[in-house]
Amino acid sequence: MHEMGIAMEIVRIAIESIPAEIDSCRVERVNLRIGKLSAVVPDSLKFCFEVAAKDTPVEGAALAIEEIPVLAMCKACGHEWTITGPVFTCSQCDSGKIEVISGRELDIKSIEINEED
Amino acid sequence: MPYSLYRHVKHCHHDKTGRPHHHTRRGGVSVESNKSGTREIKVVRRVLDVNEKMAEANRHLFARHRVFVLNVMSSPGSGKTATLVKTLERLMPEVPSAVIVGDICTTNDADRLAVTGAPVVQINTDEFGGDCHLVANAIENAADTLDLDAIDLLIVENVGNLVCPAEFDIGEDARAVILSVTEGEDKPLKYPLMFRECDVALLNKIDLLPFLTYDKAAAIANIRQIHPDMPIFETSATAEQGLEEWVAWIKHQVKKKIG
Repeated sequence: MHEMGIAMEIVRIAIESIPAEIDSCRVERVNLRIGKLSAVVPDSLKFCFEVAAKDTPVEGAALAIEEIPVLAMCKACGHEWTITGPVFTCSQCDSGKIEVISGRELDIKSIEINEED
Repeated sequence: MPYSLYRHVKHCHHDKTGRPHHHTRRGGVSVESNKSGTREIKVVRRVLDVNEKMAEANRHLFARHRVFVLNVMSSPGSGKTATLVKTLERLMPEVPSAVIVGDICTTNDADRLAVTGAPVVQINTDEFGGDCHLVANAIENAADTLDLDAIDLLIVENVGNLVCPAEFDIGEDARAVILSVTEGEDKPLKYPLMFRECDVALLNKIDLLPFLTYDKAAAIANIRQIHPDMPIFETSATAEQGLEEWVAWIKHQVKKKIG
């Protein structure tokens, strides 16, 4: 439901990231990193991105999403593992004192542009 | 997240061309290009960095005025407003408090909360496109209208929604989630981010348990599965049950921050 706001931020950052010396270009692709724990639905985000990008240099760009797994570390035994289901206790010692190391990302990694002559 | 619906896309499309590509530095950004004219420009920024900066500014503002901020979230109809009315009745005047309440439309919740004597600011998100959550900027504007030096506690009643509000930092000190026993026991498993991000959970409407086929133990086990060490309080706002422990928890948090 909040994907439109996120899509608008992505468009804004993508436009800001176009180097100043380039007069005219088309953004062909926006590369994102999204953690699996983020509350973002990729299909919904792609739909909103298309709408938000309209009439900007980002219009028509592909949205490439690299999904980042949820990695956790147990504070009790130091075990590190990938969380694949909704269980946030240590898979080794069953402790509940865990730290989520990755999986909350919502980052723009890069943009790919094509300069227009 | 339904990633199975999503086609995995390789992030470095240059590899497909098989052409050599070279790296240069232009305009302070790292640029990668190939002969086809497509260049990759490294960005590496958090998508919500503007909101996060504003949330950080809010956090400084609240620290300066020595105000503890509690962000209360839940699905619609779980009893947020009723719980907060009864909570404020117990906190005031010992803990001077104010409330910022977010809704898409109407000032109904603000009217109900105002009865407690606490200053209430209503945010209607329809001005911002009907947002399903509160953002840091909206909190900053609302806080502007409050006398922050006159309060120790600011409660933010977020828009009823178990998904989106969890994603947006508003500069709060703690987050509470309310789950009611008229919702499914498996809600924590369906909305793991919300239950991971919160510091305390309330299981509300427990006075209705005799009339329901609700498996309370399963609900609690599901919360524990997502957030093993989170305190859980069993409450009923309307029947005024179990509120004292919850209120004591808030008082303890406020005291921890402002002394």
